[in-house]
Parts: sequence; structure tokens; C-alpha cells
Amino acid sequence: MAQLLDPRTTPGPMTVLNTAITMLGSGELQGHLWASLQRVLQGLAIGVSLGVVGALVAGLARWGENLIDANMEILHAVPNFAFLPVLIAWFGIGEEPKVALITLSVWIAIHINTYSAIRNVDASLVEAARTFGVGRRELITAVILPGALPGFLVGLRLALTAAWLALIFAETINAPTGLGRMMSDAREYFRIDVIFVLLGVYALLGLASLAVARFLESWLLSWRRSFDGA
Amino acid sequence: MARDQTTLERALLGRGDHHDHAVIARNVGKAFDDHAVLRDFSLEMRPSEFVALLGRSGSGKSTFLRVLGALDTEVDGYVRIPRHRAIVFQDPRLMPWLPVLRNVTLGLPQTREVKEHGLATLAEVGLQDHANAWPRTLSGGEAQRVALARAMVREPQLLLLDEPFGALDALTRIRMHALLRELYRKHRPAVLLVTHDVDEAILLADRVLVLTEGRISLSTKIDLPAPRNRSDPRFAALRRHLLTELGVEPD
Repeated sequence: MAQLLDPRTTPGPMTVLNTAITMLGSGELQGHLWASLQRVLQGLAIGVSLGVVGALVAGLARWGENLIDANMEILHAVPNFAFLPVLIAWFGIGEEPKVALITLSVWIAIHINTYSAIRNVDASLVEAARTFGVGRRELITAVILPGALPGFLVGLRLALTAAWLALIFAETINAPTGLGRMMSDAREYFRIDVIFVLLGVYALLGLASLAVARFLESWLLSWRRSFDGA
Repeated sequence: MARDQTTLERALLGRGDHHDHAVIARNVGKAFDDHAVLRDFSLEMRPSEFVALLGRSGSGKSTFLRVLGALDTEVDGYVRIPRHRAIVFQDPRLMPWLPVLRNVTLGLPQTREVKEHGLATLAEVGLQDHANAWPRTLSGGEAQRVALARAMVREPQLLLLDEPFGALDALTRIRMHALLRELYRKHRPAVLLVTHDVDEAILLADRVLVLTEGRISLSTKIDLPAPRNRSDPRFAALRRHLLTELGVEPD
């Protein structure tokens, strides 16, 4: 087995584990992880807010559809990471362009799914609500938003994946901290073991995000009795 | 759409008070793409009158109900309807993400009085124990009873029923007829029941109308004493008469 893989390019599991323990022991990994996590959380918070509000405006008003949805479609058509040079030109090379790139990816994923979910809310339910005197505000909070929730949660799943992906790209710009910084350092010094540790960290973060999305789905969609596998 | 509705209502309700009528519809016409669905349709309903509107599919009966429910405001003619009205559709149309009680009080201010009134109305349809249940856990009959409670909680002067029992099985339908009779006896709204079930119309209504190609082709009072019985020879005679009018040869 050891002969099949060159330990210089593919370190053994024990080597990787020892590296991980060392990185954790020095607090180096936690520090960089926290920096990355903050960027992702900020991008998620701003992106989800913009996505939901924008999808509501586009979903409820004709002018909103023309103003927002058309532009989101264009943004969706361009690979997000191609915006990086523009974001750097606008926001410099600090935290802002990194958070902005994550925000953009999240916003698009949330918008596309939430907007289409709003437009797919059962028209007969909306009609029934109106005949029972439901006003605009209650229509949004009691009919349209909960009706669009399943679609929003699909968007959130995609947004979580997109956020971590955007983070890796964002941290290639002059990042003094973060998992991306550790990754480029490791590449520079040919620390394949560190790269494997970081791949493991990315995998765990992805799984954790998925667990959050699953938890939200089972909690928020408890009214739904849907097919959950035979 | 919402603005049209209020303008129409204001225009129609503004023309004096007709306390002797729950509904006045005169010369109502409605066409979809040059195809006339209602022509010169006129109907007056007294308060607490129970009218059944029979017709084959495509006869325009549901269209007329939508006009009375102010769901369709682009019509010719004169329509006057009470401010307090409620509709029960063929499908329950409950919000699946709201608990049963919240569905019943939809569109009402969420005060304690309203919630208690909602609970009392749920008790009237026998579902007080399901107040916190999700609508999708209910059977078809239970869901339709919630829809009835959602309509009755508003104490409507006009109750519009659009084939409300059409999707239920025969046994459930019998129980729903009894429940509807009970609610009607207690609250006395004017009721327009749109149906294609001749027996249902004779069992429940004071007056049965047959709609053929957008016009009333037959209007008959039902003078049978309650409780009405299918084995009554007058019931059978009425049934034959109505079926013939609907173009079905009774056996």
C-alpha cells in the first residue's frame, strides 16, 4: 500500500491527523476558521435578506419583477467569480469584496428559488384568502411567505453550498486570515498534509451546513406530509 | 382587482337599503371571449332563503356564484349583495401551513374574542379537538367541515356553497347534509348552494333553480316537510321533474 502512493504527494492518514492536532493545538486552525466563518455568516445574512426582500417585491409587483428579476437573471447567467475584479475595484482589497462575493452568490440562489416559489403559490388559496377579507399584510405573512417557504429552503441549501465555494475564491484576494489563506500558504510550501486537513475541514463545514438546512426544513415544514422515502 | 371589488360594492350597496332581500341580481350577463356564460340572469333571494342552483357542467352556475361572491366583478347588469358573505369551495382551500383554528379565523383580527368564537364554531362542526392540528392530517370530510366553520365564524348574511360536498364519499355527504341543515337552522343565513346533485338540492333547499345555457329554465319551490325523505312520492316526482329538465332520462 505504502508503495502505491508516494508519501510526499499523498501523506498517510496518521500524518494528516497529527498535522490537524498540531494545527488545533496551536490555535492556528481555529483562528483562520473563525475568520472564514465570519465572512460566510455576514455574506449569508446580507444575501438572504436581500434575496427574500427582493423576491417578495419582484413576486408581488409588476415593477419589481421588471426591476429585480430581470437583473437577477443576468447576474445568474454570468459566473459569479467573474465579478471579482469589479468587486475589488469597487470595494478595495479588505473584507468588503470577500463578503460582497459571498453575498452575491447567496442572493442569487435565494432570489431564483424564492421568487419562483412565490409565483407558484396556489392561486386558489390566494383567492380564498381574499374572499375571507385577508388584507395585504396578512396575505404576505399568512399565505405567500409560508407558501413560498419550501422553495426558499431549497434556495437556502444551494446558498450554503454557494457561500463556501465563493469563500474559497474570495480568500484568494489578499486575505491575511482564513481557510483560503492557509490553503494558499500550504500550496506555496508544498504542505500536502495541511491541504488534506483543510479539505477535511471544508467537508465538515459542508456537512454541517446541510445539517442546518435539514433541521430548518423539518422544523419549519412540519405541516407538510410529504414523501420521505419508501 | 381589489380596488374593482370595493368600487363595485360601494356602487351597489349605495343604492338604498333593501332589507327585504339578501341578494338582488338583475339581467346579469357574463361572457368569456364572446362566449356567453350567463345571459339576462335574474335572481332575488330573501334573507335566510335557501336556494339551490342546479345545472350541468358548463351551465354557468359556478360563474354566477363567483359573481355573487364578488370574485368576478366584470359583469353586465345589476348585482346587490350583503357585505357579510362567505364562500365554501369544492376543495377546502385551507392553508396547509396554518393550524386549523388559525385557518378558521383567517382574515379576522387575532383577538382573544375571535379565537374563542373560532373555537366555538369549530365545536359546532364537531372539530374542537382538532383546533391545533395541521389541515393535511384531516380527512376530506373534516377539512370541509373546517371550511364550513371558516365561513360560519363570519356570521354571513349570504353563504355561498360551490359544490361543497362534490368531492366527498356518499356516507360523509349524508353527514355533511345533516350538519349543514343544523348550521342553517341555527344561524339562518341566506344560502346559495350550487350543485349537480338533484337529491341534495331537494333535501336542503327552499327553492331549486335549474340553469340551462346561462338562463334559468326552471324555478320550483320545495314545500316538502322536514325532515325530507327520499322515499316520499313527492320527492320522487320532483326528482324526475328536475332530472328531465337537466336532460337526463330518469329510470
